Amino acid sequence: MTSSRTAFAAILGKDLTAELRTLQSLPAMALFAVTTFVIFRFGLDRTELSGSLAAGVLWVTLLFAAILGINRLFVAEREEGGFDAIRLAPIDRSALFAAKAAALVVYLAAVELVVVPVFAIFFLDSAAALAPLALVLLLADLGLAATGTLISSMAVNSRARDLLAPLVLLPLVVPLSIAATGALEPLLAVGGPGYHRFGTWLAVLGLYDLIFLLVGYAVFDFLLED
Amino acid sequence: MTEAIELRGLRREYGERPALAGVDVSLAAGESLLVLGPNGSGKTTLLRILATLLRPSGGDVRVFGAALPRDAWKVRGRIGLLGHDALLYRDLSGRENLRFHARLHGLRGEAAEARIAELLAAVAIERRADDRVAELSAGMRQRIAACRCVLHEPDLLLLDEPDSNLDAEGRELVGRLLGPAPERTRVLVSHDPERHRGEADRVLELGVGGTVAAAAGAA
Repeated sequence: MTSSRTAFAAILGKDLTAELRTLQSLPAMALFAVTTFVIFRFGLDRTELSGSLAAGVLWVTLLFAAILGINRLFVAEREEGGFDAIRLAPIDRSALFAAKAAALVVYLAAVELVVVPVFAIFFLDSAAALAPLALVLLLADLGLAATGTLISSMAVNSRARDLLAPLVLLPLVVPLSIAATGALEPLLAVGGPGYHRFGTWLAVLGLYDLIFLLVGYAVFDFLLED
Repeated sequence: MTEAIELRGLRREYGERPALAGVDVSLAAGESLLVLGPNGSGKTTLLRILATLLRPSGGDVRVFGAALPRDAWKVRGRIGLLGHDALLYRDLSGRENLRFHARLHGLRGEAAEARIAELLAAVAIERRADDRVAELSAGMRQRIAACRCVLHEPDLLLLDEPDSNLDAEGRELVGRLLGPAPERTRVLVSHDPERHRGEADRVLELGVGGTVAAAAGAA
């Protein structure tokens, strides 16, 4: 049996190579997020945001941008026979879950590297919150990737996958959204970042990540059955 | 002789519609089985069950002694499937696709590169091996898919219309790659029985609805 690490590296490398070559997901995700910030800027008629409003605008925009990538995560596997090829190989199928979730984390981090500075330019008066904000986003990305990979693998076999994935995903990420905005809110407070209950929200994010990574690991094999 | 494949009362339904209705056949290791039948007779379903990609609805299925689907993990990696889909990623080159499949099957480094080069040469497609699969003709994709199928030197080849989209040269080259060999068992689905009957040890003819119309050793 091929080691899970080898299978993970092969699948992740394949996905990143294909994305770099075709740029099917990343530019769309980044463009969507930047456009949404522009709409918020003019829609709210504000040049500065802080606290819960800033946290909400940032998180909701990133979440919806992530859905664009989640919808496409398994399309090549479905349309080009990747599911069959991987099921024929002597590998632990959870390697596919891990590789797809890792690819999604890479996509989200790459998008955030571009769009969070844009958010800061549009709405923040200082960049002091960006370092702790990166930690919150990394933890949130892990949870979103675990949940998104699970949902995407189920929705991809449906003709209505573009509709199905967000409909199923959004209720599942409510706890993640509460924790992410809870952690972001003090960081984006007026007068510079604060850390009120910051650790608690980070722990909630970590717990969410752990639960959905374990659920994904446990059930993914069954999801791949015919 | 060891039985490579044993099917007893194999059934498969899609909802209410039967695709296979009580198929009995056994095949010794190293033998070739030619599966014939009209469209909708369950030939592809039979191959997908043997490939561990589809669960049977009933009956007993054993591949190299492993009961499917329960022990499917024991035989994955010993099977090479060449079906209607090439199982190649369109945005990767043929060589990159083969590298990917090699890694999934535990082949790495120089051994993998040498094996890939040998196979690409065998089907005369080295010149286009670094082009994206999306840019290749259907026949070229079929040649690379044949390389993928035998890349890991499987003990069981499941071949669904292996000549699809191939020109005369392609049929000859791919035929050599996928042809009978003492160390491998083959199940071959074809609509061109005259071409393949000579290389088959047994013939299974399915009727519409997956019934067995005839099963015999080839003359």
